[in-house]
Amino acid sequence: MTVLKYPFDERSVRALKAGNAVSITGRIYTGRDKFHKYVADGGEMPVDFRDGALYHCGPVVVEENGGYRVVAAGPTTSVRENPYEPDFIAKSGVRLIIGKGGMDAATLEAMRRHGCVYVQAVGGAAALCAASVRKVAGVSLLDEFGAAEAVWHFDVVGFKGVVAMDSHGGSLFADVAAASKRRLAALLSLEEYAFNTGHR
Amino acid sequence: MDVVARIADLIRETSSSLPDDVERGLRRALRREEKDSSAAVVLRTILDNVKLARKSGTPLCQDTGTLTFFVSESLRRKATPERIRRAVALATERGWLRKNTIDSVSGVSYDDNCADGAPVIHYVASARPTVTLLMKGGGSENMSRQYSLPDSALGAGRDLEGVRRCLLDAVVKAQGYGCAPGVLGVCIGGDRATGYETAKEQLLRPLDDSSDDPALRALERRVLDEANSLGIGPMGLGGKTALLGLKIAARPRVPASFFVTVAYMCWALRRRTMEIQG
Repeated sequence: MTVLKYPFDERSVRALKAGNAVSITGRIYTGRDKFHKYVADGGEMPVDFRDGALYHCGPVVVEENGGYRVVAAGPTTSVRENPYEPDFIAKSGVRLIIGKGGMDAATLEAMRRHGCVYVQAVGGAAALCAASVRKVAGVSLLDEFGAAEAVWHFDVVGFKGVVAMDSHGGSLFADVAAASKRRLAALLSLEEYAFNTGHR
Repeated sequence: MDVVARIADLIRETSSSLPDDVERGLRRALRREEKDSSAAVVLRTILDNVKLARKSGTPLCQDTGTLTFFVSESLRRKATPERIRRAVALATERGWLRKNTIDSVSGVSYDDNCADGAPVIHYVASARPTVTLLMKGGGSENMSRQYSLPDSALGAGRDLEGVRRCLLDAVVKAQGYGCAPGVLGVCIGGDRATGYETAKEQLLRPLDDSSDDPALRALERRVLDEANSLGIGPMGLGGKTALLGLKIAARPRVPASFFVTVAYMCWALRRRTMEIQG
């Protein structure tokens, strides 16, 4: 298990390979559909993502004693941000994208060029992800986007994930998908098993 | 305790406490993986999450899903749709369920998770006076599918070999999306609607049971082993377990149709039964 601490410098991020388990500590920012569109449309970056982490997550947050408490904070499916992510990576200097299900070839290429990796959080592990958030340090664009889509500033300790796409063009999803399709073609005695699972 | 409060408790328990057989299946899967593999990390994270959610009584997964109730006929006047809806509204108010019900025309949220058709309620014949709840999230429901045989791309004809081909195809297509290791509920035959209904009902069977029909039992075992040999693993990151279970039922069909329906369920197979005495 590789321990990653904020700020995430380029050298440690480039040292990661697809398949490495990681434990993340420090600041991460959430951002999903509305946030990506907002940045693509020329909106001002609400926080500094340089050497930081972006988490595809729509948390359940309750207001309590003048602060916030996170109840559930599992990952949401990342493919919806494919159209925006290469530009976002280039513009923001972000080093870790955390989400679920992986992203496309253009995003993988942007990660190679700029030194960024994709970390697969465990889908459905909402209680555990919430528990790793030790503090909600702030929130941006809350009025504009609502609680599920706002940019939350989480301070996490020991947030677990697996590097699924690295900065050298390696993608666990693509490898596993290709191998499983070859194996299925063999099992079914098919010349070619053509279905595209979306992981290229 | 009144019926509304008891059903609200059932909802909380179902949402926060994974059934023992599913948890055992996850532990077995973990033992099969190499110690520091990504599959082992994912499975350990899932098991830690299961433990934490049970202890804190909070939802296992933020997608608290479609709620489907199976209620004994004998409880028709006790566990009425109106009372079940009140229990759902109460559970939502207490934070045991996410606000998860959207009007399909207007896009507006039903903030108490109650509407015409939500939750889903079936009154069924049963030996004991029980209420069973199944909670199934959208990520897994999106991976359910229905095949119409013959299917030339899969080389699948109208026989059990054709069914086998469909089931393996469904597992390959779900990789990376439906949170694996999952469970397949399957219906061979029926019409399109009863196919999906029967397939989903198979998810209520304990993981360690098998079909009474020898041919289906053999198919369940074979496809389960083959699916786990594809290398897909937990969350599609590679590994030895893509499926925890595979449950097949068959229904009669008309000569013109041969459907194979697959209800894909993620590892968060939230199901629970409670008895209500008269």
